Amino acid sequence: MSSIQETQNQIVEEINIFDDWMDKYNYIIELAKDLPLIDAQHKTNQYLIDGCQSKVWINADLVDEKVHYTADSDAIITKGIIALLIRVMNDRTPSELVDIDLFFLEEIGLKENLSPNRANGLVAMIKQMKLYALAFKTKLGQ
Amino acid sequence: MFDVTAIRSDFPILNRTVYKRPLVYFDNGATTQKPKIVLDVLEKYYLENNSNIHRAVHHLSQQCTDAYEASRKTIQQYIGAKKVEEIVFTSGTTESINLVAFSFGEAFVNSGDEILISYLEHHSNIVPWQLMAERKGAVIKTIPMNEKGELVLDDLEKLLTKKTKIVTLGHVSNALGTINPVKQIIEKAHQKNIPVLVDGAQAVQHMKVDVQDLDADFYVFSGHKVFGPTGIGVLYGKEEWLENLPPYKGGGDMIKRVSFEKTTYADLPLKFEAGTTHYIGAIGLKVALDYVQSIGLNAISAYENELRLYLEKALNSIEEIKIYGTSEYKAATVSFGLKGAHPSDVGTLLNRLDIAVRTGSHCTQPLMEYYGIPGTVRASLAFYNTKEEIDYFVESLKRVIPMFS
Ligand SMILES: Cc1ncc(COP(=O)(O)O)c(C=O)c1O
Repeated sequence: MSSIQETQNQIVEEINIFDDWMDKYNYIIELAKDLPLIDAQHKTNQYLIDGCQSKVWINADLVDEKVHYTADSDAIITKGIIALLIRVMNDRTPSELVDIDLFFLEEIGLKENLSPNRANGLVAMIKQMKLYALAFKTKLGQ
Repeated sequence: MFDVTAIRSDFPILNRTVYKRPLVYFDNGATTQKPKIVLDVLEKYYLENNSNIHRAVHHLSQQCTDAYEASRKTIQQYIGAKKVEEIVFTSGTTESINLVAFSFGEAFVNSGDEILISYLEHHSNIVPWQLMAERKGAVIKTIPMNEKGELVLDDLEKLLTKKTKIVTLGHVSNALGTINPVKQIIEKAHQKNIPVLVDGAQAVQHMKVDVQDLDADFYVFSGHKVFGPTGIGVLYGKEEWLENLPPYKGGGDMIKRVSFEKTTYADLPLKFEAGTTHYIGAIGLKVALDYVQSIGLNAISAYENELRLYLEKALNSIEEIKIYGTSEYKAATVSFGLKGAHPSDVGTLLNRLDIAVRTGSHCTQPLMEYYGIPGTVRASLAFYNTKEEIDYFVESLKRVIPMFS
């Protein structure tokens, strides 16, 4: 399995093939369509992250001491970005995730989607993903 | 003759490119762009004439005071108020509504009283009343709406009870563009001696408003939505109402005489203008209103209506699109959903095509809940928009639609 660093580099490379932003978004939308469904029991208000415009649900399980995320969103671009985050963050140890540097978001030019008002729940979502990791870390006594 | 090319050249920002091509600005409901003459007057006053108003005998202060008061006069005439004292400067629609909700509540509302609010309202015309109702133990009631985005007045008589203290509603819905029958509602309310506040934030930039003809008791709007500066707004109130409301904020300029035993308040309108107002903004607003009137509000309404119908016709021909707000009476705002797409997705993609639209609930969550949708994509037009821009907008939507299938 690639390291966090390598996976991010791969994503940057894949997306930066496209010059046109519409193509980049098309690619992100295709990723959204491939994101595995979140378990229905986790698509409830309890798992809802209060973003600005779209809804985001996220759950994490600890499997063999690695964090396994599932998520969904009612906005497909948001969901595609989640798919990217999950690709980078899934099946890592809680310690790795707690202070992960998600540099790829900036490198693919999605940073403007991270400004508070356009966040579509993304900032909140990254925070929540890290919080899950922190909770697992504490639980494991790492 | 309505010369949109000449008009566009008055607005420097319309020449800018965002990513690749000239900006298509369809977010005028949120704020409008400013003609250069408004920007020039702001600069001129800061560079050459700046001095605090109403407080000094020197030349600059007098100049600013005169210009500030001239703006009040222009506003009076712009909305057809009887007296210049009935025009109060605030920071915007939101503050104007908060002022009335607070002061009216203090003076006239008691436990068990009712406030009647239209279902179409912007949060700015809901929350201040809720705060007041909570403080006073009053109850909020609503005028219902129908599927077309119109207010349903069948039960209005019944909703106007002995306990109703005030009715508040928008002149034009910011989310759907519906023009509400405010005159008719005011007439009904007045039959029972109930005053009415009209939120004109989305009206004064689109059509001729005459507060005396409407017989509105309060009428409010924001400078920045009518091609003026941000941070300046207007509260119109009938003199007899304003006289009977207690001040909202205390401070300088709103007093006659201050002593620790008793303070007496200034006469209208200064009673409600505590502290240093955004006087240069007010001066800029005058220039904006003069500019609008030089084009002519009737010409503006006619041109904008043509644009709206053109846009609606194009959108109606696209199967995946559903327009929300289908009243016969509309200002130049078109809200819609795109099948299979979240509004924010559509907005994000259109942004990359250099189109600025607003997506989401437009600060009207109850309204979105009525339709059972998370929000809409809203194209809100102004008189500087063109059919060519609409063509590009529709073309862009057609480009975006397949991405969701
Ligand atoms: C109908 C309506 N009322 C009130 C407001 C609030 O205006 P402001 O933010 O300028 O106070 C808006 C602005 O979006 C509006 O459209």
